[in-house]
This record gives sequence, structure tokens and C-alpha cells, in this order.
Amino acid sequence: MGDRPQLADLQVGQEVGRREVTVDRARLVRYAGASGDFNPIHWNDRVARSVGLPDVIAHGMWTMGAAVSVVVDWAGDPGAVVDYQVRFTRPVPVPDPGSATVEVVAAIGALDADAGTARVDLTVTLDGVRVLGKAQAVVRLG
Amino acid sequence: MPVDTSYAGREYPPNAAYDVGREKLREFASAVGATHPAHLDPEAARALGHPDVVAPPTFAVVVAQRAEAQLFEDPAAGIDFSRVVHADERFTHHRPIHAGDRLVTVLHVDSIVERAGLAMITTRAEIAAEDGEAVATVVSTLAVRPEES
Repeated sequence: MGDRPQLADLQVGQEVGRREVTVDRARLVRYAGASGDFNPIHWNDRVARSVGLPDVIAHGMWTMGAAVSVVVDWAGDPGAVVDYQVRFTRPVPVPDPGSATVEVVAAIGALDADAGTARVDLTVTLDGVRVLGKAQAVVRLG
Repeated sequence: MPVDTSYAGREYPPNAAYDVGREKLREFASAVGATHPAHLDPEAARALGHPDVVAPPTFAVVVAQRAEAQLFEDPAAGIDFSRVVHADERFTHHRPIHAGDRLVTVLHVDSIVERAGLAMITTRAEIAAEDGEAVATVVSTLAVRPEES
């Protein structure tokens, strides 16, 4: 894998990845099982509405996990992501029938030559509105 | 019952070890749409210098939440999960998690702050290998909405 990105070739502001990810109820059930997060607001309309939500919503951790795969694929090694943080600013309602499509855009936010790391800032939106705030992944590069 | 703010500063004893398995990592990767071969194929992981398939960056939540359950499932803490909203999450990886790891977690309750009627609870899960090597730090903040009056 000699084609991993090199720190010296990068510039702040440079876009390094972009992807649309689609989530439906089946995806949420799958994430619930894989993660062990069985909170019913992520699969049960009745419970979601009873706590004031407009619909079943995606696990924030699903959105966080789906968004970073853009960074992993660009970095070329999942082990290169040394730090990853987000704020959950808006829920992602997931209709049934149907699905929701989240857009992820990854761009270089900062470069640290001494540490050998790049900070990748993720803009994650649903219908043009951000659903994650301060979504930043720090990637160790050669 | 309100959230018991006296839990702030608490440190729990190390919990039961979590054994990281290949199929669990593949299942988690599939659920979040992570398709990098190093999550799935041991040979692809070894080509990058890892001993076995590597966890996606957010997999550590699975390990951390077992430790967090010590707080959230404690009735005396007064945390009603139906009123909880996830506010933020941060993973710091001291080294990648891979299949074959046996991980032990120490949960810290870093703070419980009441703000504008919300109780903001910040926990920190320090995940280590059985020999004590630091593996990951997971910091999570939850907001607990007040009960309807």
C-alpha cells in the first residue's frame, strides 16, 4: 500500500473525500445489534414519539461511525485514525417506508508536521443542514 | 428522581475483560458501512503491520458502554435513559484495537453539571490491554432532560 497520503502533499482546506450514506430502519436494527445499543428510539415509532421525537432517529454513534469511513479509506489504514470527536447537534430522522441520506465531506482542517498528523474536518449534513458539529479526525501520516 | 451529582469524580474498579473477535469487528464494520479490507481480512491487516483485523475508529464504544452501564444501570444514580440525549463523543486511540485483544476498562465519572435544567454527565472510559498497556480513551457526554412537570 504505497499510495497512502503524505503529509507534505497536503494543504489546509483541501477536500480529501466525499460520500453519501443512506440509512433505513433495517440499517438501524443492524447497528443496534452490532453495537449493543438497543435504545427503542432507534427502532420503535411509538417510543420515539412518546419522548417528543418526530420519528425514529438514527443512533448518533451510527452517524459518527459511518462518517469516519471516508477518512479511513483516504488514509489507507484504520489504525491511522488516532483521535476522532463529534458533537451531536441534530437528530437524523429515519422514515418508514423510505430512508435518509446523509452527505459527508472531508477536508484538511490543520496539519502538524512535528506530530506527523493531519486533522480532517468532516461536514456531515442531512438536507443541507449539519447533524454533527466539531467533527474532527486526527490522522497519523508518513 | 433527579440525577445524583455526588457521582461526579467516581472511579469504578476494572470491569470484566472484553474479548475482541474477528466476526464482531466484521459485523460492526458492516453496520457502519466501513469497507476497508483491514477491518475484514487478516491478510490485508497484516500487510499494514497489524496482527489481525483492525476495529473501525468508533468500535471502542462497544467496549466503553459495558463499563458505562455500571453508572447508567445504577438506580441510585437517577439517570432515566428515556430522557437521555447524546451530546458528544471522543475517541483517542493510543494504539489500534484488533481481533484477539482482551480489553479491561476503568470508568471515570469526570463531571455531572446541571445547566439550563439539563444534567450534563461526562464519563471517561480508559480501555487497556490486560497487561496494562493503554489502548483507548473514550469520553462521552450525555444530556439528561428534566422530568415533565
